[in-house]
Amino acid sequence: MSTDEKANGVSAEAVDAHSLAPSSKPPGPDDDTGNGAAIPIVLFFALGLIASLIVGWVVFPKVLYSQKRQPVDFNHVLHNEEVGDCDSCHFFREDGTFSGVPKLAQCIDCHEEVNGEDPEEAKFVNEYVAKAREVPWLIYSRQPQNVYFSHAAHVIMGKMECVTCHGHIGESESLKVYEENRISGYSRDIWGRNMAGFKRNTWDRMKMDDCSECHVKENVNQNSVQTHRGGCFVCHK
Amino acid sequence: MKVDRRSFLAFVLGGAAGTALTPLPWKITDDLAIWSQNWPWTPVPAKGETSYVTSTCALCPGGCGISVKKVAERVIKIAGLQGHPVNDGGLCILGAAGAQFLYGPTRIQTPIKKINGRWQKISWNDAITELAAKLKELRANGSAHTVACVSGTDRGTVPELLNRFLTVYGSPNFFRTPSIWDSYELALYLTQGTRSMTGFDIENADFVLSFGSGLIEGWGSPGYMFRAKAMLRENGGRMDQIEPRLSKTAAKSDHWIAINPGTEGALAFGLAHVIIKDKLYNRNFVDGFTTGLSGRFQGIIGGFPPEIVSKITGISAGTIVALAKDFASARKPLAICGQGQGHQPGNLQEFLAVHTLNALVGNINQPGGVWAIPEPDYIDWPELEMDGVASAGMQQQRVDGAGSNRYPNARYLLHNLPQVINASKESPVQVLFVAGANPAYSLQDTESVKKAFEKIPFVVSFSSYMDETAELADMVLPNHVFLERYEDVPAATGFPKPFIGLAQPAVEPLYNTQYTGDVIIQLAKALGHTIGAAFPWDDYVTCLEETLGDKWDPLVEEGYWVDAEYSGMDWADAFETDSAKFEFSNSEINMLADYSPLKPEGDEILYPLTLVPYDTMRLTCGYVGSPPFLIKSLEDTILQGKEVLVELNPETAGQLGLAEGKVVNLTTLKGSARVKVHLTNGIMPGLVALPRGLGHTAYDRFLAGRGVNYNQLSGPIADPASGHNAAWGIQAKITKA
Repeated sequence: MSTDEKANGVSAEAVDAHSLAPSSKPPGPDDDTGNGAAIPIVLFFALGLIASLIVGWVVFPKVLYSQKRQPVDFNHVLHNEEVGDCDSCHFFREDGTFSGVPKLAQCIDCHEEVNGEDPEEAKFVNEYVAKAREVPWLIYSRQPQNVYFSHAAHVIMGKMECVTCHGHIGESESLKVYEENRISGYSRDIWGRNMAGFKRNTWDRMKMDDCSECHVKENVNQNSVQTHRGGCFVCHK
Repeated sequence: MKVDRRSFLAFVLGGAAGTALTPLPWKITDDLAIWSQNWPWTPVPAKGETSYVTSTCALCPGGCGISVKKVAERVIKIAGLQGHPVNDGGLCILGAAGAQFLYGPTRIQTPIKKINGRWQKISWNDAITELAAKLKELRANGSAHTVACVSGTDRGTVPELLNRFLTVYGSPNFFRTPSIWDSYELALYLTQGTRSMTGFDIENADFVLSFGSGLIEGWGSPGYMFRAKAMLRENGGRMDQIEPRLSKTAAKSDHWIAINPGTEGALAFGLAHVIIKDKLYNRNFVDGFTTGLSGRFQGIIGGFPPEIVSKITGISAGTIVALAKDFASARKPLAICGQGQGHQPGNLQEFLAVHTLNALVGNINQPGGVWAIPEPDYIDWPELEMDGVASAGMQQQRVDGAGSNRYPNARYLLHNLPQVINASKESPVQVLFVAGANPAYSLQDTESVKKAFEKIPFVVSFSSYMDETAELADMVLPNHVFLERYEDVPAATGFPKPFIGLAQPAVEPLYNTQYTGDVIIQLAKALGHTIGAAFPWDDYVTCLEETLGDKWDPLVEEGYWVDAEYSGMDWADAFETDSAKFEFSNSEINMLADYSPLKPEGDEILYPLTLVPYDTMRLTCGYVGSPPFLIKSLEDTILQGKEVLVELNPETAGQLGLAEGKVVNLTTLKGSARVKVHLTNGIMPGLVALPRGLGHTAYDRFLAGRGVNYNQLSGPIADPASGHNAAWGIQAKITKA
């Protein structure tokens, strides 16, 4: 006889008889869930609830994202002081396309040889410059391939500041850990650090809704320039 | 407390409720959506700077200018170069698919050598050392002349380096792959006395009479021909197409005149007959600048009155007379010949007859006419110092019989080579180089070609791809593909101006390949003495740069050099014959065997049908195989799955009891193949038309094993006048499969 049944003071035989023959007593809510049983069941419900909340809010983000270090650390503050604003390295090409993360060719002017004492610089020069290998930088802001994005439209025509989307990365002294989504392969920065999707700053997340929020607010052309079709076609060609 | 079913359910419910309050389900859904819309295995070009490289397409000798678009270091698109004198922004489908030759799966990535029938990688050094030792040994044994070379062309620095190597080594056996330009060169040489290329000012003509030339199907320079034909039409010009099949060119012409195959020459003589008889010719030119019209030529022409020509060609006498009159009365009439894309040299007398038509209407070196274009003269290398072995070797007869008493006019007769080798006990060719050619596929009677190649003790291929010839070779020394190399394109076929194009590297070589020119230079240096001294350059690019001299810088910048002002030489200075005039007949022409339509091989009772090949712009038939993009673009009247379709007239099909789509066996003297029947009124009764360019055994899975190679079902026939291959078809039979 189980503990529960003992607690209810009902024998196994009685349970069987009860289930086989209609009881003279009309079935009531207390029948099966007397006070003695309710506590464990609520407890189990609560256990499940708490466990899943922990899994969903704490374990899942840790499992979903793998932590990757950039191949070489980089000090934006130092470089800003040496070479100037963002567009000294992240510039627009002559044809209007955006260069994105600098290539070796840009770095090589100063870093043909090791200049300072930073081991990261030495690593950069020895592993990449000397071997003429491009650094496989991990890009925090890379959007999925099915998103069409033009820096020229935003920065040149829309006169937006870099910080609006990229935050204060230009003021960082070292590169943060790159958290790669194991399913989609893109950076955590797209969804945002906050798993619930709350944001305080414009640069906290960069999902579709964030793009459209700004597009609506700024009252930009709601139709695609190329296809003259509305909605999706502005960014999804 | 016991964990029973209820508590478990409570736990699960609690879990579900809790999960719904976490980001987990929404986040996973979102991530899966992103993942499924951006399959990670779909190739996407790397991000990077977009750049363009100005170059020249080297996939055929058409000389089209191309603009190669790159993103970072990846070629992503090839387009025609705007403002280019040859193609002015246009490009054929093959050129547009050029990147597939760079990134395709059939590239040979490193030098390889066959050991006991299996390919093994070797180093460039070992390959050259081994080859040099072999060549040294042959030379020491007095067998220098048994080294031969097959090249796709004989113009330009690479073929000239190969030829120079053979000459100073001591072998006369340099071969160029056959084409209609063999016959055109001879026709011009015999009548005008110059060794020149033939150019056609189609864009300025007002009546183009084509004897089967696939003007928009790859004849001459496709880029130029597309453009020139469009301009001809824009200017209101007329275009008549004479051939037994309704080709795309015929469909786009004003008139399609169906002719019995192989009788085009008779029609040309017939037209000349009418023009002379009715005195419709250009008096100014014929009286002032020609000779020999009343000689033997008139005698030959006399044998081709419209009634007889009508019997031979199947074209009514009325049509022949009307055509002759229309042609002669046009302001700028132009007759052209050479079947399809021009892969077979054809009948020399036919070329002479067609060229004569242009002479009769005075449209030689005139706007809208046929022009003699001087051979490129920029290759001016130091005189060779020949040692005794080299001189003795060069005294030997060529293996193929070109230049012999029998065929004194022919320079190269490659189609004879397999026959000669197979008939000899020991192969007269001990070492064969193959560069820019795939003879094991493109020569007729493939079976005997393969047999001959197997008999040659050592075959070296310079191919970039594992093609049929490379498969038979003993060593492959892969060249860079055209998007990775510098190379001069010394002319644009059929283009009416002196022109040089420069192919320039768009990307660094992807694999361990080398310039064929570099291999020759290194090989020569390894052999030393007079041979090494004949190649004073450090490497091929230096050789090319020095050879082009002043033209190098503009060529690198523009991608081409053209003599835009060239408008053909004046009649008074143009002809280098004994009479300094255009000669309708002369001692050399009179020596040629008379014209008679060539009969195809095979008994007409056993093989009642005639198999003719046809060309399409969507298939290549020469050195390079068709890339996947071309195969994908093929109509289902050409290829269905792996099965090729042959065209049959419904009348013929009715007699044979065949319906559309029926699978049959097509058999000739040379072989048999499974084909599918396609019924069309666009082919004359009694003929079976098979597209050329399929039936590869080599290359990738997109090309290999699809369709049938026409060359495997047919054989060459020597033109009695020139010795060149004049076969235009072969007798065949169809039996139910």
